[in-house]
Amino acid sequence: MSVEAFVPADFTACALGADEVAAAVAVAPGVEVRRTGSRGLYWLEPLVEVATDAGRIGFGPLDAASASALFGDGPPDAGHPRCLGLVEELPWLKAQSRLTMARVGVIEPLSVAQYKAHGGFQGLDRARALTSAAIVETVTEAGLRGRGGAAFPTGIKWRTVLEAEGDPKYIVCNADEGDSGTFADRMIMESDPFSLIEGMLIAGLAVGADCGYIYCRAEYPLAIDTLAAAIRLAEGAGYLNDFRLELRKGAGAYICGEETSLLESLEGKRGVIRYRPPLPAIKGLFGQPTVVNNVISLASVPAILARGSDHYRSFGVGRSTGTLTVQLAGNVRRGGLFEVPFGKPLRWVVEDLGGGTASGRPIKAVQAGGPLGAYIPPRHFDTALDYESFQAIDAMIGHGGLVVFDEAADLGALARYAFEFCAEESCGKCTPCRIGAVRGVEVVDRIRRGEAAADNRVLLRDLCRTMIDGSLCGLGGMAPLPVLSVMAHFADEL
Amino acid sequence: MRDDAIVEAARGIVERLGALEGALLPILHAVQDEFGYLPPACVPVIAKGLNLSRAEVQGVISFYPLFRAKPPGRRVVAICRAEACQAMGGAALEAHAKSALGIGFGETSADGEVTLEPVYCLGNCACPPSVTVDGVLHARVDAQRFDELIGR
Repeated sequence: MSVEAFVPADFTACALGADEVAAAVAVAPGVEVRRTGSRGLYWLEPLVEVATDAGRIGFGPLDAASASALFGDGPPDAGHPRCLGLVEELPWLKAQSRLTMARVGVIEPLSVAQYKAHGGFQGLDRARALTSAAIVETVTEAGLRGRGGAAFPTGIKWRTVLEAEGDPKYIVCNADEGDSGTFADRMIMESDPFSLIEGMLIAGLAVGADCGYIYCRAEYPLAIDTLAAAIRLAEGAGYLNDFRLELRKGAGAYICGEETSLLESLEGKRGVIRYRPPLPAIKGLFGQPTVVNNVISLASVPAILARGSDHYRSFGVGRSTGTLTVQLAGNVRRGGLFEVPFGKPLRWVVEDLGGGTASGRPIKAVQAGGPLGAYIPPRHFDTALDYESFQAIDAMIGHGGLVVFDEAADLGALARYAFEFCAEESCGKCTPCRIGAVRGVEVVDRIRRGEAAADNRVLLRDLCRTMIDGSLCGLGGMAPLPVLSVMAHFADEL
Repeated sequence: MRDDAIVEAARGIVERLGALEGALLPILHAVQDEFGYLPPACVPVIAKGLNLSRAEVQGVISFYPLFRAKPPGRRVVAICRAEACQAMGGAALEAHAKSALGIGFGETSADGEVTLEPVYCLGNCACPPSVTVDGVLHARVDAQRFDELIGR
């Protein structure tokens, strides 16, 4: 009888050589290779797991040569010197509360049978026995807030669409995960795509929609292929008999992660943002009532329905209920995905789980929440990871990405980059964003050259205020946040 | 490729996909998958098929960074410029790439071999800097690894 060996087929794991490792393991005697997603412990990738009676044991990071040596005489056992032990007992997994990512890295992503064996479609079964209003109520009581970054209560959004007049209604999944330092959406789509599909089906039942779109960024080719295959399999298994689900691909525009711009893009237009109101919940895709939710928001719904709102609420703090899929990135020793309850200190995540910087030098700053998020200095690292605590230090959690920088980082240059990025990605509709970002680069350059620095700092603050107050959407409205955080915490650099 | 062949292929794609809701982006992707870029001759065909003006189609093409108006080099190399990659030497890698290839972003080497493009996040942020060569992702790329990837 052969022993199962699990090798990730995730985008990052493959970039680190997982395909070559899988090929090397596959020729070993007595081994059957299964390609899973990644656990998200990327510093251990390619991580090969071997099934034993006690559970899966891990070996990593491996390359083709070390995998060949390790598996040359058949599958290695727990006594092997390179064995990391039981994977689920590794401290970095044991410290997590995996609700949304429970199956990620465990199952073969395109196996409906494994998805069901690990609790999949139980939430949908539960939802089918409930009225629309009761589903909305469950999600509202769970306290789930939009994980794309805006943190708007999902239940309230759903109720608005449920009560809106219109036929058809749409469920749109925002899978345009463009924030630097984030990859949780990608991992769900690559490693557990049925959880997203199930979440969309539940959303459809909740608001009375029978049509949905997933808008995925083109930079995620493996996620797109996996989702496309998952949709076909879900159709074949009869899950999409009453719901039409289509996958659409973006074309490199960051602004299409803004929900109204995304809707324009889905309609086949330039991704120029829309004035709000009307909200997309009232007039969204093709003018119809539309739920627009992030991947993680939707993928969190099945577990909420299956295990109840009280279970979900038992994680987290205050108004930040449930779990946050933290993505540790940049100059960090142990980079990866960590699903933890809201309320844990930033320091615990960055230093205990992350192990500090990859370079070994002290941490200078952590940028939280993507390119529009603040640079946080170490003196704020005791801040709890929840929406309100971050707001209190003029930062945001956003989509949960934390990018670590060591002492070599030039925060003035990073502030300049924030404007440069905004200028590059602005849709051009409103003046504060379109022109302000360009002027921002120029003013930062003048300060960095020492030209009338004091006057230009005043001008820069004024410009930031204008962009924050006057921009139509979050791009222009938040691009000044990293800049202001550098001015506040790293004043000698800007 | 001759314009009439482009027109014919584009017409086939419009026929196949034109009935989709919001069909323009799927059609443009399909045409670009076919030719590697969006030849000017395809624009009137798509516009007519979707009952749009040519300006509307052109406007969509020019809005999205991944739609190309010109054919790329034989290989497309994209370097991530985003913060997580900058935290691990992305800016130095970018400078090295430009000097090694002798071109800037958005340009193709004189021999038509390589097109260099910026990309803003590939979701590989735990193992930066990130580079793709013809869509294949590479992690933890330094200057030496970059030279290996482009075979120089």
